[in-house]
Amino acid sequence: MPLLPLSESIATHVLDGASVALEGFTHLIPFAAGHEIIRQRRRGLHLIRMTPDLIHDQMIGMGCADRLTFSWGGNPGVGSLHRLRDAIERQWPQPLAITEHTHAEIGAAYQAGASGLPCALMRHYADTDLDRARGAQMRTVTCPFSGERLLAVPAITPDVTILHAQQVDRKGNVVIRGIIGAAREAALAARRLVVTVEEEVKQLDAPLNAIVLPHWLVTAVSVVPGGAHPSYAAGFYERDNRFYLEWDQIARDRGRFQQWMQEHVLSSRDHAELLARLRVAA
Amino acid sequence: MSGGVQASGAYTADEMMTVTAARQLTNGAVCFVGIGLPSAACNLARRTHAPELVLIYESGTVGARPEVLPLSIGDGELADTADCVVSLPEVFTHYLQRGRVDVGFLGAAQIDRYGNLNTTVIGSYSHPTVRLPGSGGAPEIAAHAREVLVIMKQSPRSFVPRLDFLTSCGFLGGSGERDRAGFPGRGPQAVITDLGVLRPDARAGELKLTALYPGVSVEDARGATGWPLAVADDLETLPPPEAGDLRVLRELHARTEAAHATPVRIRLTAPERH
Repeated sequence: MPLLPLSESIATHVLDGASVALEGFTHLIPFAAGHEIIRQRRRGLHLIRMTPDLIHDQMIGMGCADRLTFSWGGNPGVGSLHRLRDAIERQWPQPLAITEHTHAEIGAAYQAGASGLPCALMRHYADTDLDRARGAQMRTVTCPFSGERLLAVPAITPDVTILHAQQVDRKGNVVIRGIIGAAREAALAARRLVVTVEEEVKQLDAPLNAIVLPHWLVTAVSVVPGGAHPSYAAGFYERDNRFYLEWDQIARDRGRFQQWMQEHVLSSRDHAELLARLRVAA
Repeated sequence: MSGGVQASGAYTADEMMTVTAARQLTNGAVCFVGIGLPSAACNLARRTHAPELVLIYESGTVGARPEVLPLSIGDGELADTADCVVSLPEVFTHYLQRGRVDVGFLGAAQIDRYGNLNTTVIGSYSHPTVRLPGSGGAPEIAAHAREVLVIMKQSPRSFVPRLDFLTSCGFLGGSGERDRAGFPGRGPQAVITDLGVLRPDARAGELKLTALYPGVSVEDARGATGWPLAVADDLETLPPPEAGDLRVLRELHARTEAAHATPVRIRLTAPERH
């Protein structure tokens, strides 16, 4: 399991038209990988994520995706994801088909995918308008033991899941520390697992019950310090809450958004150069 | 007095809302907390009358005791101060669906007279005028938490006769429909607004004005509601926030602003540790 430059990892494993889950819950969002997807001008992606974050706003605004599966699409604590809204409300820069769930449903759908099951079961009491909007995508079944009506959520099995993590060891084992969201389930549900990490170490020194992705499950690893910025990596750097607030202004206007992407993401060779431009590199 | 943050003497409408929401929480309750006013209210309660309140954020941080208010649901502050951090599927199944949450806090863009909530779209689903963030954890919180507290500002645009989209269930069509559907949680038990408090009528489930803030009239509340608002016979006027509550709340906000203003710095070359 070789360490690859991120550009090579994305070029090899994220192909046009693929279904791609970038997970991490507020914490460890793989921004560097998303930026590389934008630089390589991927098209027609089916993006999957519980909480599409700024990186999804950027990928959608740059025309990388034609479908989004999600459960909450906002800028946490700030407001809207303006590029996501523009895509759904005004089809800019292109139409975006959506498959919408609740958090609990996506968590269950990843678990089913990771478990080799066709669907997950959840308690269900009354149909909401989301249930009605989804029609046949979601079905209820009757429990053969209790007779209760349960919601069947189809499994999610991404072509590739991309995560950011703290460390990789010399063998390629990856450790994740702190808030995990549904990252492990998304990793195990996917056909390929692409990881970026803060650093490579000889040994992980992880407790026995730590969240470790064994090397033979990991398709490719790239060392990208700061790879989650403006999200964060516990033990390395904090969430850049000021950037999340600034993004609200940057993303409101199509022209300003495109200019920002050009000046920061497209004209940077890699993530280190981007962080230097954003003046967060120490 | 209308919606929005407005000074009314020595405190703002937001502060009155937050203090009123905090007062609904009993010591020891297990709360599923959202970001914004709910998080401020829960942390105010924890620092005043309810020190044993258990705060669960959907990021999987169980028993969080943040010193500063998080901007997002998954700020490091929540993990660093939690009893434990579990995965998202676990928090929604083992904690919420299993019935271990006493109080869920929700907000919404629209609420109707039966406490049903819309956080999905304004306009039609296929061609929305305004695309809102969506469900998040709300539908399951509304179903499973023993009780739900709703916090939102009151205006005819948000307190509507008919939702554009039903995201999370309150009392559905009222008159026992929620009970008949078999929901384990009792549904919204209080709606805390910037004007006062609404509570459901025990039989019909229709929200009724039960309390007003100082200086707010019944007419103000009716004018900010898109349906003919019922008023409780024993309508009360709540006292203004106590000085101690305001001090704790303002200190919390001041610490939060200072923390969020600290610039982030990232080392691109890790020190040789091994």
